[in-house]
Amino acid sequence: MSLKKYKEVIFKPLIEENPITLQILGICSALAVTNNLSVTMVMCIALTTVVSFSNLFISLIRNYIPSSIRIIVQMTIIASLVIVVDELLKAYSYETSKKLSVFVGLIITNCIVMGRAEAFAMKEKPLLSFFDGLGNGLGYSIILIGVATIRELFGSGTLFGYEILPLVSNGGWYMGNNLLLLPPSSFIIIGLFIWAIRAYRPAQVEEDDFTVSKHSTAPDLTKRELNV
Amino acid sequence: MNDSVTKTLGVAFVICLVCSLVVSFAAVNLRDLQKENATNNQSIKILQAAKIYDSSVDVKIQFSKLEMKYVDFNSGKILDSYENFVIEDYDQLKSTRNPNLSTSLSASEDIAIIKNRENVGKFFIVRNEDSSIDKLILPIRGYGLWGTLYGYMAIEEDFNTVAGLEFYDHKETPGLGAEVDNPKWKAMWPGKKIYENDEVKLAVMKGKVETDDANIDYKVDGLSGATLTSRGVTNMITYWFGESGYAKLFKELSYES
Repeated sequence: MSLKKYKEVIFKPLIEENPITLQILGICSALAVTNNLSVTMVMCIALTTVVSFSNLFISLIRNYIPSSIRIIVQMTIIASLVIVVDELLKAYSYETSKKLSVFVGLIITNCIVMGRAEAFAMKEKPLLSFFDGLGNGLGYSIILIGVATIRELFGSGTLFGYEILPLVSNGGWYMGNNLLLLPPSSFIIIGLFIWAIRAYRPAQVEEDDFTVSKHSTAPDLTKRELNV
Repeated sequence: MNDSVTKTLGVAFVICLVCSLVVSFAAVNLRDLQKENATNNQSIKILQAAKIYDSSVDVKIQFSKLEMKYVDFNSGKILDSYENFVIEDYDQLKSTRNPNLSTSLSASEDIAIIKNRENVGKFFIVRNEDSSIDKLILPIRGYGLWGTLYGYMAIEEDFNTVAGLEFYDHKETPGLGAEVDNPKWKAMWPGKKIYENDEVKLAVMKGKVETDDANIDYKVDGLSGATLTSRGVTNMITYWFGESGYAKLFKELSYES
């Protein structure tokens, strides 16, 4: 296996094949945990760890998994990893784990983890799968950190909890944008990211599934209708 | 052949075994740390309820300065010892599962839906420099929407004015009922009054309380989208500050001072 291939699996998912902006996977956690940068960082680390190791372990046993129960086997491995990560967070980062609440548990159903296991780890060698997971985790993290930076900076005027733009309510000059504190705002920000990436790389733009037909005009009154 | 029945069952069995070993290994090894975190979190909430928490000082040191007391709920008397328990180790919630240490409540009494009420509670006293009572920190709990909310309410030395309210454990919906943890909502509590003519009147309303409301001292804004959680908070205050809760303790303390 050449070094080039490793480079490719790590760097391609960052922008070119980003799981969020190209494949539109893992959106729900991107909406839920991005109003605070430090919480987002923990979530990113948790997801990257889970997706890397689930890819590694699934790839290690890929030749022994009966195809009839392969999804269940994948889920079991992913779920166990998520529980371990959750326990670790509760032990070493209690405050953050309280803020993340159910979202760590929901990594189990994150489509990125499942998608990489099914699409990559079931076919490729363990080490390569591990790095593929790492790359996809980092691709997810880049977008989340971008969204969280915008939301926290312009929503509450802070970054990592440190005041950057003093809020009017705290005697400063900046009027926080409350929309950015609510989850729907990340939809808009992710949409803008997708737009920017696709403007830069037009190859990502999908072909239309269908062409819109021309607007039909008024009925042709010169034709005789049969039923009239 | 990967797809034979024996192989499928065998792989499923081995995967389950390995995964369960990994998960239980992690859970068992991290339990002590998690427990310590939960205890520290609870101590912080106790201190925060009385607005005396200082994040620059170690929690354990601050917490050890609090005066812990037992209260007998049936008589309102303050006890110095109870059932050979060391007061630090007395687990009030555990004793609700022991029929000898708790009383089962009838449906009409059980406003807060706690089922069993322990006979003896543990509360905290914050004293002024002249050793008169400054604040009391009292554990309260009650059912919200998804489960029981556990918290502490601190009250001033008049045994009527709220000093603060904190919850350390609940299962309410994030963004709706879990807004009981929202600092803005918690900031509405200090200064509110509990009793009017010995009746508990303090309640969480539905919607916002008008600023010109005559009873503004007895009303707190409801949590939007969380009517049942708000009602749960009202019920737990009604219960715990009523006759079968702390009302008798306050009378006892008033005689003393």
